Amino acid sequence: MVTEHIVSAFEDELKALDNRIAQMGGLAEQLLGRAIDSLENRDPGLAEATIRQDEQIDRLEREVEDMAISMIARRQPMAVDLRQIMTAVRVAGDLERIGDLGKNIAKRAMAIAAENRPKQLMIGIRHIGNKSLEQLTDVLDAYSQRDAEKALRVWRRDEELDAIYNSVFRELLTYMMEDPRNIGLCTHLLFGAKNLERIGDHATNIAEMIHFLVTGRPVTEQRPKGDTTSFVMPEKPTA
Amino acid sequence: MSLEDPVNEVPTMEQGRFANIAVTLHEPTAAPVSTDAKIKAHDVSVFYGEKQALIDVGIDIRDKSVTAFIGPSGCGKSTFLRCLNRMNDFIPAARVTGSVEIDGVNIYDPSIDPVQLRARVGMVFQKPNPFPKSIYDNVAYGPRIHGLAKSKADLDEIVITSLEKAGLYKEVKDRLLEAGTGLSGGQQQRLCIARAIAVNPEVILMDEPCSALDPIATARIEELIDELRQNFCIVIVTHSMQQAARVSQRTAFFHLGILVEEGETSQIFTVPRETRTQDYITGRFG
Repeated sequence: MVTEHIVSAFEDELKALDNRIAQMGGLAEQLLGRAIDSLENRDPGLAEATIRQDEQIDRLEREVEDMAISMIARRQPMAVDLRQIMTAVRVAGDLERIGDLGKNIAKRAMAIAAENRPKQLMIGIRHIGNKSLEQLTDVLDAYSQRDAEKALRVWRRDEELDAIYNSVFRELLTYMMEDPRNIGLCTHLLFGAKNLERIGDHATNIAEMIHFLVTGRPVTEQRPKGDTTSFVMPEKPTA
Repeated sequence: MSLEDPVNEVPTMEQGRFANIAVTLHEPTAAPVSTDAKIKAHDVSVFYGEKQALIDVGIDIRDKSVTAFIGPSGCGKSTFLRCLNRMNDFIPAARVTGSVEIDGVNIYDPSIDPVQLRARVGMVFQKPNPFPKSIYDNVAYGPRIHGLAKSKADLDEIVITSLEKAGLYKEVKDRLLEAGTGLSGGQQQRLCIARAIAVNPEVILMDEPCSALDPIATARIEELIDELRQNFCIVIVTHSMQQAARVSQRTAFFHLGILVEEGETSQIFTVPRETRTQDYITGRFG
């Protein structure tokens, strides 16, 4: 454990910075959970509240940036302090993007609120939603505990999220081919699933920054790329 | 309106207004950094009477680059700096063990003349200390006593070149015969640097050369250090970590007489290996 700074005001500022990240993380987690619920449960009221919540995350991101700039200008941070400040700025950026993606999911939930949704499809969406939420929760824990190993585990697990996304993608494709009337709903769900997969990517970004923060070194191993849907072409429907 | 009307010419990346941007984006690093060791210190210990001030310091110091020594007061960094040109010889109670080689020759060998050594290894101190003589004589003093100039014209040239290298000539060229002590603090310090380089040294040691100067004068000296490193091996002791980070290529951290860590400056200030180094540079020392 690192000892405290001689200048206690600097110590306080670093703690305040960490508090903002914790707050942002908590809000992003809550927003994502609600976005997934609103998509699954056809709850436009919840979706609307979720969309409004994103503003708080944006405001906190600006605060984190202002604090970081001021600390760099006034304190000339070095070593672990510099890494903490740079990490905070980048993590705040990723959390802000996660908020945006969550907000986008909530908007889609409102767009398809009136449509019927097949149970089978929603199980897939719930599955990928849970997985991305779990990644976010774990990476935020790793951040607050400064646990590089835990961060690496999140980083490696992104592959699983990609695999779930692949199967949801194929499933949605099948529904669309079965009945063109499903295309509207399925396209929204497809974007929703893609957003959840992207949230996982932001969680791995955060994991990489935690690793850098704790060890001072970037993650060097190659992360397996699991999203292969960009190579998938729908098979021609057989008559 | 001719077809060559420059107003209608669309600037290309190379010749247009973007050309300036490309220039400013250039890497600021000037000279390539040498990796040859100019100075090799082995197991250097210094005792002041019974007290051991420096414990088994071993370090390679590279030629044509700036090495910064940092550490809290009393950590031994200045003591070690003074070992590099045998300034500790002047302290009766001081005893130095181990070896310091410059270009492979141990400077503590009995055959070495310390006066000749100090012409090769110049030193600049914390407080500018020009002699109470004219600007000209301050710079000419070393070349005179070492017999480096064959004629008055020779000496004039040495004085002017040294002042130019120290970035002072333009400011003093009309008053070379005025007293050196009449210059401002920053100018005095550059005069001392000119005096040090007038005897054509290979190594320049600087002990807190900017701590008595204002930020502008400090910036001038730092700019000068960066220019001088292309021709000299420079070792600087500084209490300002930002200064060490700005001017040096390598940094050595001393604590309680021990060389704790030495490495690339960017590594020391971003990812130090030792906890003690990290605690010091981040201001966590108890």
